[in-house]
Amino acid sequence: MIRIQEQDFDIQTETQALRAADAQTGALCCFTGLVRAFGDRTDLAGLFLEHYPGMTEKSLEAIVAQAKSRWSVQEVRVIHRIGTLMLGEQIVFVGVSSAHRQAAFAACEFIMDYLKVQAPFWKKELIRDGTQHWVDAKQSDDQRASRWDSDQSFGADDQG
Amino acid sequence: MNVLFFASLREQLQCAQTQVPDLPCGSTVRELMQHLVARGEPWSSAFADARVLAAVNQEMVSLDTPVQAGDEVAFFPPVTGG
Repeated sequence: MIRIQEQDFDIQTETQALRAADAQTGALCCFTGLVRAFGDRTDLAGLFLEHYPGMTEKSLEAIVAQAKSRWSVQEVRVIHRIGTLMLGEQIVFVGVSSAHRQAAFAACEFIMDYLKVQAPFWKKELIRDGTQHWVDAKQSDDQRASRWDSDQSFGADDQG
Repeated sequence: MNVLFFASLREQLQCAQTQVPDLPCGSTVRELMQHLVARGEPWSSAFADARVLAAVNQEMVSLDTPVQAGDEVAFFPPVTGG
């Protein structure tokens, strides 16, 4: 389940929806990204998020499909908000359920790492003095995503 | 061919989308970009940044990818979501 939306989401509701009906779920791993007070600048009032409608959904579907082919996961929910978001607001939710914790941890982190470098979203920082500027892509995000290619240990689907 | 622009690139160009006449058969995304740069400013400055990314029919592609009539092509800066 992938949703791109302006409105906020409720973590409890999303987490509940990840549980398999037949009690086959043993692990739920959820990540929530928030608007932080410091980014490229320190005096942030909020963020503005733009996306490429259509391509964003396709790109996230492809990332989730990759995660599902790599780990034994049950449900995946990805929600990404767009528009104007003020300090402390929720931006993104990635939730994964699985039988065992290792797959849920790994798939959740993988999806988030790939979302950061492949999904067509762009952040603009809204500064307190009324100015705005586009956030620069971080090389560290590329490095985090590429370690999933290079480090085979991240691919192991151990029971646990 | 419909060409879309996003984020800082859209603002720099003051243009969210533009129509480009069909290019010769076998033309690549790079040649489409050169066609746009030939419009002069602000196109030439905007595309001078080596980090401009491209998508064809909503799939991220390299600049060597061929484009054909009817394709939806998009140019944008490196993504910064999450």
